[in-house]
Amino acid sequence: MYRLNSIRELEHLRRQLVEERKTFVTTVMTCGGTGCQASRSRALITAIRNELIQQGLDGKVRLRATGCHGFCEQGPIVVIEPSNIFYCHVAPDDAFEIVSQTVARGKVIERLLYTDPVTGEKVHTESQIPFYQRQDRQVLSLNRLVDPCSIEDYIAAGGYLALAGVLDRVAPEEIVREIKASGLRGRGGGGFPTGRKWTECREAAGDEKYVICNADEGDPGAYMDRCVLEGNPHLVFEGMMIGAWAVGARKGYVYVRNEYPLAVEHSRIAVQQMCELGLLGNNILGTSFSFDIDIARGGGAFVCGESTALMASLEGKVGEPRPKDVHTVVDGLYHKPTVLNNVETWANVPAIIRNGSAWFASKGTKGSKGTKILALTGRIKNTGLVEVAMGTPIRTVVFDIGGGAVNGNAIKSVQIGGPSGGCLPVTKFDLPVDFDVLREVGSMVGSGGMVVMDEESCMVDVAKYFLGFLQDESCGKCLPCRLGIDRMLEIITDITEGRGTLKQLDLLEELAETVAETALCGLGKTAPNPVLSTLRHFRSEYEAHINGKKCPAGVCKALITYSIDADKCNGCGVCLRGCVHEAITGKKKETHNIDARRCQKCGICRSECKFDAIRVA
Amino acid sequence: MPPKTLDQVLEGRRSQPHQLIEALQDVQENYGFISEEAMQAVSQGLGVPLMEVYRVASFYKAFKLKPCGKNHLIMCMGTACHVRGSRLLLEQAVGQFGVKPGEVTPDGLFSVEHVNCLGACALGPIVRESSAYHHHMTPGKLRKLIDNLRRQGTEEIHHVQTK
Repeated sequence: MYRLNSIRELEHLRRQLVEERKTFVTTVMTCGGTGCQASRSRALITAIRNELIQQGLDGKVRLRATGCHGFCEQGPIVVIEPSNIFYCHVAPDDAFEIVSQTVARGKVIERLLYTDPVTGEKVHTESQIPFYQRQDRQVLSLNRLVDPCSIEDYIAAGGYLALAGVLDRVAPEEIVREIKASGLRGRGGGGFPTGRKWTECREAAGDEKYVICNADEGDPGAYMDRCVLEGNPHLVFEGMMIGAWAVGARKGYVYVRNEYPLAVEHSRIAVQQMCELGLLGNNILGTSFSFDIDIARGGGAFVCGESTALMASLEGKVGEPRPKDVHTVVDGLYHKPTVLNNVETWANVPAIIRNGSAWFASKGTKGSKGTKILALTGRIKNTGLVEVAMGTPIRTVVFDIGGGAVNGNAIKSVQIGGPSGGCLPVTKFDLPVDFDVLREVGSMVGSGGMVVMDEESCMVDVAKYFLGFLQDESCGKCLPCRLGIDRMLEIITDITEGRGTLKQLDLLEELAETVAETALCGLGKTAPNPVLSTLRHFRSEYEAHINGKKCPAGVCKALITYSIDADKCNGCGVCLRGCVHEAITGKKKETHNIDARRCQKCGICRSECKFDAIRVA
Repeated sequence: MPPKTLDQVLEGRRSQPHQLIEALQDVQENYGFISEEAMQAVSQGLGVPLMEVYRVASFYKAFKLKPCGKNHLIMCMGTACHVRGSRLLLEQAVGQFGVKPGEVTPDGLFSVEHVNCLGACALGPIVRESSAYHHHMTPGKLRKLIDNLRRQGTEEIHHVQTK
């Protein structure tokens, strides 16, 4: 690789790379994201590479290990271009057949195809799968085109052209206007208009300014930022550079969770490649623009997703938020004007610049433009990353894309927006994914985590889960968050253990509202949302715990008992071996028994029993 | 790669207080935990008071002030894993090892930790053991994983068939 000294050299390189790629007739794409790696995709990639060499095809067929394709449940995924044959649940042992049959002869291997769960028919290509059909994959679809460790792939796919274009002929003010006109709002949780942030930072006094990419995706149940940064780091960095040029920053930081080792690795590789090509450093592409990116690993604190806490952490300090009387766009990192956006927000920027603000604004609703990536998880058939146009009804996401509940259960609720969001009942499923609409009903789009719950999930337990999480993660700086969450958790624990009173519900509500009004940072202010939203939409479940001393979902330990159904138990002994509390007794091939005094109600036996013989009452 | 010495970790970072978290991350990566000695070296190297180093090291979840077991199991307790029963896994591990999260079994072989999200939510519940992610875990699969690790001692375990 050589240093690119002008925009024309970048264009020349791109043409050269595109020509080179034309010599390959077939491309085998394999997902190498964290999810698929858990399903052994690394071994699969090696196996396919070896097969291509052994069968003498390595000069004619390209193998591309890409980032996440989104359909994690079906991983590892292999797609063979140009016919786009889609294989799922592929194992390393399948490599020989894929190369010798599909790659060499174009023959489809039936058993590796996706089966439509509704029709039972085998599906040949991605575009025929309902999971993908209802999506509008603007950001995610780019993951398929590039190997995240190859800057050449990114450039061949048109990467850095948006940056080159603005450096060449667009004034920084014009870029800010364009972003403002697009209606892009922060994808990390707050939904703050990105253009306004940029304008204020651009207008702030001072020569030294910073841009930061928030990749500290601490929301449990959300992983789109990991997927985008890990699968297409150059896209994020190009967005950051356009932003830096627009606001007048020379230095950028990527604050990435250390729990995402692959994202850290790919970001570092990307930065190194950019330096080698001269896309970072002084006078980028021979223009007056100079820029550098530092990758900083987070310390694993949820509160560092808050902008001021994140900046404190970048300065090497304890990640505690500070009052935002003066916004970080004026007084941010090292007290300099700073623009902080999350991964998904930055990743949207290059396309807005390339296609224009009107293109972006044509998608979505009045107040929420563009597309949003959602992490669809929980008790539902098709889990994975989903990208839909803003305004898509929740019902479409959960039922059409997600395929509905597992095990024939009824879906009860969806939790949107992580610990700052709220639970919505099925009756609200016609609401659109929209920043303002969801906030009105006590939830929020947040970072886009969507955890689906069915009749086996207890909503009081879910509220308790989030309070436990927030108690653990509260930085402890301000009193309302530190003590308020403690007290709320105490009350909810009382309720789940059968000691609750109806009077406590009012206190709980009052406490929650006080915390929401008085906490210092955004995370504290939204911390009561899981409690408030479950109280609002699932009050009957709270009342069942209090009045009837019952947990309708059979989750809250103190209110349930385990027993063995003598008709179903065949004495296989699996539960006996699994019980860590030694509460199960019984001879082989005879009905087993649970000793109620020793039983800790952990539910391990129930999850282990293949004959559905363990009863919860 | 042989572990870096404290001097190597501090190289290029001396007298740069803002490098504190990065330096501690590297200490942890190379030694598995952050000892008092390491904190003192980092304090002197970066020019940050020892108390501040301790404050930061104890504030962030990523840093461990005690060594882990030879096999360190990380249990994801994220929302998606929670609604699919990750609590059972933690109980299974704690029950089998007889030690609480953060403690090491007397034979030094095992320790367990629970974290808030590993970011592989679609495949939950997730258990991570060194760099391997085990997906769709159940108490039974976890028991097999632990048995395998115990049997193979220090040998590297690849993948436990989880489907």
